[in-house]
Amino acid sequence: MNKAALWEIWRYRELMYFFAWRDVKVRYKQAALGALWAVLQPLASMVVFTLFFGRLAKIPSDGLPYPLFAYVGLVLWTYFSAVITQAGQSLTTNANLVTKVYFPRVALPASSALSGLLDLVVSLVFVVVFMFYYGIYPSWPILLAPLFLVGMVLFTIGTSLLLAALTVWYRDFKYTVPLMVQLCLFVTPVIYPASFVPERYRPLLFLNPMAGFLEGFRTCLLTPRWPDPTLTTISLAVAVGVFVLGWAYFQRAERSFADVI
Amino acid sequence: MTHSILVDNVSKRFELGEGRHGMLREAIMRGVGRLWRRKAWTGPEYKWALNDISLQVEPGEVVGLIGRNGAGKSTLLKVLSRITYPTSGSVDVRGRIGSLLEVGTGFHDELTGRENVYMNGSILGMRKREIDAAMGQIVEFADVREFMDTPIKRYSSGMRLRLGFAVAAHLSTDVLFVDEVLAVGDAGFQKKCLGTMRQIGQGGRTLIFVSHNMAAVENLCKRTIWIADGRIKQDGDTRDVIRAYLNSFGAADAQTLDLTGIPERQGTGLVRFVKMEFLDSDGREQHVVHCGDPLRVRFHYDCQRDMPDLHFGMRIYSNLGVLISDVHTWSTAQAVPLATKGPGSIELDIESLNLMPGSYYLGIWASSFNEYHDVLHNVAKLDLEPSDFYGTGRGVEARFGLVFFSFRWTPGTRALCENAPASAEPR
Repeated sequence: MNKAALWEIWRYRELMYFFAWRDVKVRYKQAALGALWAVLQPLASMVVFTLFFGRLAKIPSDGLPYPLFAYVGLVLWTYFSAVITQAGQSLTTNANLVTKVYFPRVALPASSALSGLLDLVVSLVFVVVFMFYYGIYPSWPILLAPLFLVGMVLFTIGTSLLLAALTVWYRDFKYTVPLMVQLCLFVTPVIYPASFVPERYRPLLFLNPMAGFLEGFRTCLLTPRWPDPTLTTISLAVAVGVFVLGWAYFQRAERSFADVI
Repeated sequence: MTHSILVDNVSKRFELGEGRHGMLREAIMRGVGRLWRRKAWTGPEYKWALNDISLQVEPGEVVGLIGRNGAGKSTLLKVLSRITYPTSGSVDVRGRIGSLLEVGTGFHDELTGRENVYMNGSILGMRKREIDAAMGQIVEFADVREFMDTPIKRYSSGMRLRLGFAVAAHLSTDVLFVDEVLAVGDAGFQKKCLGTMRQIGQGGRTLIFVSHNMAAVENLCKRTIWIADGRIKQDGDTRDVIRAYLNSFGAADAQTLDLTGIPERQGTGLVRFVKMEFLDSDGREQHVVHCGDPLRVRFHYDCQRDMPDLHFGMRIYSNLGVLISDVHTWSTAQAVPLATKGPGSIELDIESLNLMPGSYYLGIWASSFNEYHDVLHNVAKLDLEPSDFYGTGRGVEARFGLVFFSFRWTPGTRALCENAPASAEPR
């Protein structure tokens, strides 16, 4: 990571904020329910999953009420999937900007990650309401919960940078990403607990950092237990690795965006 | 050595055809193919958009950039403003850079006028507090006060344009790159823009200005660079460069000009000029035009659909690119009420072309409701031959200026003298 690039991003921080602000504005413009949709989307999925997985398939939920368990998972998963889908296309949908004005291109995918945070926060407020409803109160481990959110955002940005740059060259990713997101929902412990997976496959599961962040966040927020340090470390390490990779690739590819897009 | 812009041996190569911008499948196939057959991929074809460009611009200099479309002007501007990077060579621009390659970059339909000002301003590199401070003036300049809180999807194209330019006019960067943004909008708006550009130029900021409007270039810039085929063809005093540039256009000695193949056009394209004929008063092709002769030009055009209230105009420029006259249907209120879909034609008659001998350049346009459909710059060169307009055998000559009139001098009674000596020729 070179210093000049970071300084450049810092100089353009306002633009990043404006891009995010535009995303939010446009997303909920002329939508009567506005930002409530941030809550309703994972909520609707939660209802469906509760019916089919919780009630019919009797999937365990680590002793937690299944709806709350699934909702917390879906809220984080929605952030990740919505951001990488949007960020992946952020350069190509803003091609007119890329070819007409200079700004650090990172601002586009990064602003998607930023605007997604608003939805995440709104949904998390609803999680708190939910917790009161079920009479679940957090204890000390909640102090670690933000760590998992930070890790998730880092991983999300890293993935977004990779996908955004790749999409400039290969529009295939426009179709691949939504499909992958759909499939990955089932190989990530979103609507089932990691304990549901046989013990010997579990390290494999946690190579997907989202698994570690979801499990860790849920454990910290909803139970008095502390998260598994080994698995958390693996997830964080992979997330940092992806972020560095994404950053490096993006920096290298950035110079040709305007010519190729 | 306190340059504002320093460009050193810059070249820029583009790949022709699909190039790397292909599908994943091709990339994979290529990789697989290489692996199996060990056959080297022959590689793409290249075009050099810029070829070894070097130039230096001092702080506060206002430089015009001219050349035909595809000559590399816009690419140079993009390289200068860091939108794209040179294949080789280096560029050093000092200070904050603003580039205006289009009016209203980043406007979003769903956002209100005010919101778009913030969006566009920050995209152009303004800080939020700068936009806050300039908001009043921007609203004033754009003249859309009552619509500032309306989504711009409800704006007319003219209003969008005004708003976009208003933001750009308040950019206060050290260096400003401007590409052909004056070519849009109605005449009044263009004048306003030009005024703003002049202010910027006088404000001690470095300005690089790309335009096809030679008068605007001459008006704004002391120095002009002519780019041809990706190289600097001439760099120097604006008047010299413009004259040389305009002279490079082939004279319109063919009296019928086929306009279909000209790619350098602006406008919506709903109407396209296809042909233009120079005729004499009897409707025959005219070969030589003398000063003071009548001129008849017939324009053939093609409409994509029925066009109500269609206006036409022909602009006459001097060899320095000064607009001498825009002869249009608007001033005479002679719009074509409804031009039907398909081909059509219209004739322009000028009773007496009172221009001094020399070369003139013609531009033509078609518009309706303040929107240009086709604009062609420098479409023809018109050479006017000296003539004995005043019937004195003395003729009109280029050194007497640009235009002449029917006039008469009447001496006061005391000056009347029977045997006045033959007057000497004016100097």
